[in-house]
Amino acid sequence: MEPNYLSTPRGLKSWLTTVDHKRIGVMYLASILFAFFLGGVFAILIRIELLTPGRTIMSAETYNRVFTLHGAIMIFLFIIPSIPASLGNFVLPLMLGAKDVAFPRLNLASYYIYVAGALLAVGAMVTGGVDTGWTFYTPYSTTTNSSVGLMTLAAFVLGFSSIFTGINFIATIHKLRAPGMSWFKMPLFAWGIYATAIIQVLATPVLGITLLLILMERVFSIGIFNPQLGGDPILFQHFFWFYSHPAVYIMILPGMAIISEVIPVFSRKTIFGYKAIAYSSIAIAAVSFLVWGHHMFVSGQSQLANAIFSFLTFLVAIPSGVKVFNWIATMYKGSISLEAPMLYAISFLLLFAIGGLTGLFLGALAVDVHLHDTYFVVAHFHFVMMGGTVMAFLAGLHYWWPKMFGRTYSEKWARVAAALIFVGFNVTFLSQFVLGSRGMPRRYYNYLDQFQPLHVFSTVGSWILALGFFIMAGYLWVSLRKPCDAPANPWGAVGLEWQTGSPPPEHNFEHVPLVTHGPYDYSQPVSEPEEVQA
Amino acid sequence: MNAWIRSIIMPAQGTAYAGQVDGLWLFLIWVTVFFFLLVAGLVTYFVFKYRRRGPNDRTPNITHHTGLEVAWTLIPLALVILIFFWGFRSYMEAQVSPAGALEIQVTAKKWVWQFEYPDGTRSINELHVPLGKPVKLVMTSEDVIHSFFVPTFRLKQDVVPGVYTQLWFQASEPGVHRLLCTQYCGRGHSDMGGKIFVDNEKKYSDWLENGGDAGKNMPLAQLGALLYQSHGCQTCHSLDGTRGEGPSFKGVFGHEVKLSDGKSVLADENYVRESILLPQAKIVAGFGPIMPTFQGMLREREIQALIEFVKEQK
Repeated sequence: MEPNYLSTPRGLKSWLTTVDHKRIGVMYLASILFAFFLGGVFAILIRIELLTPGRTIMSAETYNRVFTLHGAIMIFLFIIPSIPASLGNFVLPLMLGAKDVAFPRLNLASYYIYVAGALLAVGAMVTGGVDTGWTFYTPYSTTTNSSVGLMTLAAFVLGFSSIFTGINFIATIHKLRAPGMSWFKMPLFAWGIYATAIIQVLATPVLGITLLLILMERVFSIGIFNPQLGGDPILFQHFFWFYSHPAVYIMILPGMAIISEVIPVFSRKTIFGYKAIAYSSIAIAAVSFLVWGHHMFVSGQSQLANAIFSFLTFLVAIPSGVKVFNWIATMYKGSISLEAPMLYAISFLLLFAIGGLTGLFLGALAVDVHLHDTYFVVAHFHFVMMGGTVMAFLAGLHYWWPKMFGRTYSEKWARVAAALIFVGFNVTFLSQFVLGSRGMPRRYYNYLDQFQPLHVFSTVGSWILALGFFIMAGYLWVSLRKPCDAPANPWGAVGLEWQTGSPPPEHNFEHVPLVTHGPYDYSQPVSEPEEVQA
Repeated sequence: MNAWIRSIIMPAQGTAYAGQVDGLWLFLIWVTVFFFLLVAGLVTYFVFKYRRRGPNDRTPNITHHTGLEVAWTLIPLALVILIFFWGFRSYMEAQVSPAGALEIQVTAKKWVWQFEYPDGTRSINELHVPLGKPVKLVMTSEDVIHSFFVPTFRLKQDVVPGVYTQLWFQASEPGVHRLLCTQYCGRGHSDMGGKIFVDNEKKYSDWLENGGDAGKNMPLAQLGALLYQSHGCQTCHSLDGTRGEGPSFKGVFGHEVKLSDGKSVLADENYVRESILLPQAKIVAGFGPIMPTFQGMLREREIQALIEFVKEQK
């Protein structure tokens, strides 16, 4: 077998000290998948507890810690780093025809900072847990006895990892594109990652500052947010959402970026509306900074502020809609084949449509007042985060898996898992739209008897979901145990990352590629995958 | 069709305003159904119609269509602007309370709702309002942020320490409406509920005068059990010995209780009474002085009922 980045150099030390973006991407992938597993275990525990009103398997205090950890782990340890730091790290330089990211050492530093943040979070878990919800709302968070200090410190540290990744990608996209690759010959994945990186760099520092202010209030009793010390609890919500709303787009934009890659490949067709998709990413990134107040429609902020934030919130729906329509138009007159990545991409289209459309309910002031902080919101953001980002992540994972590890997986089992995950997801979360509409508040340990049938339904859905993920873990593990068997270009894709070996050699390309055609030039028949001469 | 959707998805309407909200809500449901069917229909149709026939399929090189891009930008834009104005107009109606509304003070605290009426009457977790009269709530919190949510009224407002927030409504349906806390506030969050009793004018003023007739012919211990639930005692004081924010009632009565100042006291009728009315007077060792006073909120018979109830927890 030819030497590749997995086999040379050898040894644990060579992995731990690597500055190769591919290895760092793989280490990130393993880490975030572990975080996803951990967050998933907490999710299952939540759903089991909610099988009955009152106590099922745990006390209210434990339940509050479990849903906080589910949220905090899924947000800070899984979904924010998920696509950019793992898949993005691996494929972005390959897509651009580069040898590595612009700052390889910074890249490794970002990984170790992530690990440090994760350890702090684990520290918070074992020293009593955190019971504030992942949103850390004051003054609850500055007065509760749980390990809020460690957890906020963890999120603070993780923020730096995110910022470093963002800086790295911005520099890489600006400076390391292969000769001939103009901005509009860049794959749309790079546009999505670029828009994400801008938000990471501009918004994350605000979260860091806010979390430090919480620590100062907790440790030194400086009155910032707690009214008993002369602070303003609503100020915290402004600071927090000024980061955390753009952060929603840190999560979804990379997902959209993957969909823009997968749909053309499996429709074997030029992307429809390249510039519309590229500019809409930038538009989403820009408007995302101006809508944070829609999390606070019932917080007591002024009616004028509510009106402005409501209006701007509706504007952000437009570029998202434009993307969806362009992806569907890409499939028109294509040659569509339904392998696992495309199944996940189609799941994304359907689920993200519901996630986006239910956002209209929450943007409309009068309706939001009723739905705010109910299960409707829980269902909405799970449709966007899990139905959107996670489905896109799984599409990307299955799409690039042969490239990353040089091995194919069982297509049959991949389809079974995709079907189970799609069905399980809908059973789990569609029922929650109804629960919330009927007035079931979120973060409730106990609930009215009338809600039980829907809760049971939702819990059963979570088991179907879990089964789907276990099957996935199984066939991916099996694929890793066998020798390399993947061709360089199993999907017949035209992107640069497919023009090198699977897995790629240590320095990506033997020769710097020269880019002469567009990234989605599928109008010519693509012959069966062939090994590219090295 | 709309009535059927309402019956499945929406809570009952307790105010005329709720009907107004539901109009927009239904419209949004139809918008969602339309666009979802559009997306799902096109995807399904394309997947079937343009499925791969062979390894050498050729596809046309369609790169963009400016007319389409403009259409699917401007049509949704017009639609969301309509939704924005619709939502904003209804919202403002719920924001501006009419002059002369009956004003009730609301104080939230982990994990009870306290109400004070213009004539000085006070109640806990039970809000009584007259039917068809505008009622304005002026709300604040003593500890963390809570949120006042009445699903049948389609109303919600955060209750924030250090500031006053407001809410007004005009109930059009007599009967009992659910009150829920929707801002996460800790262990008792999901038990921080209450009931809103909407009564006709006569019944309402009768309640203000006499406290209603619920429990009049009830044995003391049974009334005590009812008050234990309705006044939020259960959020802090368990009956099975589990430790909460306050000591459990189990096996307290007739036994010595260790206090935080090192002394100890026999838990008799006078001790329980004092603990209800002046909770800060004697603090049980190991607990914080966080219980609100119930002075002026309980009638003599209700205090006796609670004492009987505590006695029964052996």
